[in-house]
Amino acid sequence: MVEILYFAWLRDRLGRSGETLVLSGDEAPSVRDIMDGLRRRGAAYEEIFGEGAGPIRCAVNQEFAALDSPVRAGDELAFFPPVTGG
Amino acid sequence: MQVDIRIQEEAFSVDAEIARLAGVGFDVGGIGLFMGLVRGDAGLAALVLEHYPGMTESMIGRIVAQAGTRFGLMACTVIHRVGRLPVGAPIVLVLCAAAHRGAALDATGFVIDWLKTQAPFWKREEYPDGQAKWVAARESDEAAAARWDAGGPAEA
Repeated sequence: MVEILYFAWLRDRLGRSGETLVLSGDEAPSVRDIMDGLRRRGAAYEEIFGEGAGPIRCAVNQEFAALDSPVRAGDELAFFPPVTGG
Repeated sequence: MQVDIRIQEEAFSVDAEIARLAGVGFDVGGIGLFMGLVRGDAGLAALVLEHYPGMTESMIGRIVAQAGTRFGLMACTVIHRVGRLPVGAPIVLVLCAAAHRGAALDATGFVIDWLKTQAPFWKREEYPDGQAKWVAARESDEAAAARWDAGGPAEA
């Protein structure tokens, strides 16, 4: 299982702060693979993980990650907009 | 190096935080300070800040550790508030204690510039008429942080 977290406007649009994704067998997807899967759900997911909703950043196990980073069972995967603190 | 990183809703006391750094040792010769406030642009009423607990602390910890090594800091305090903050309210405090002013001031700039681009915080603007919108990241913040890669302000 992969714990997915959503922050800021991603959470607002999806109406949820996170969800659990079950990986089947020895599946070893990249962040991009997971984003593609989420996008195919349609509706708000398609907006966010498709094109045009705005730039998205991701982190795997609380480290900034690239789209081709591997995601494994037990990982925490977070999606969020570019940060705006300070 | 004495390091203190706090994410909190409550206000902070600048005097109390400075006193804690000044007490680190007699070799502290200066403390750099940056305090960010909620700026009242375009009729803004308040900002609501959220963060990614855990990742926030670890990213700030990494930035502070780099600043400590690069500038020879004796102590560093970073306090970042979250939750709803009205216009004028303090959001963030960065204090860097070093032997000399150059290191203290440069380290303070280094920490706040990297915090703005690397620490997972997000701001939502609230207006008096009830409208709200998420703040978009600015390229100028990326540029401000990137100048430290090029050797710091002396080479900028």
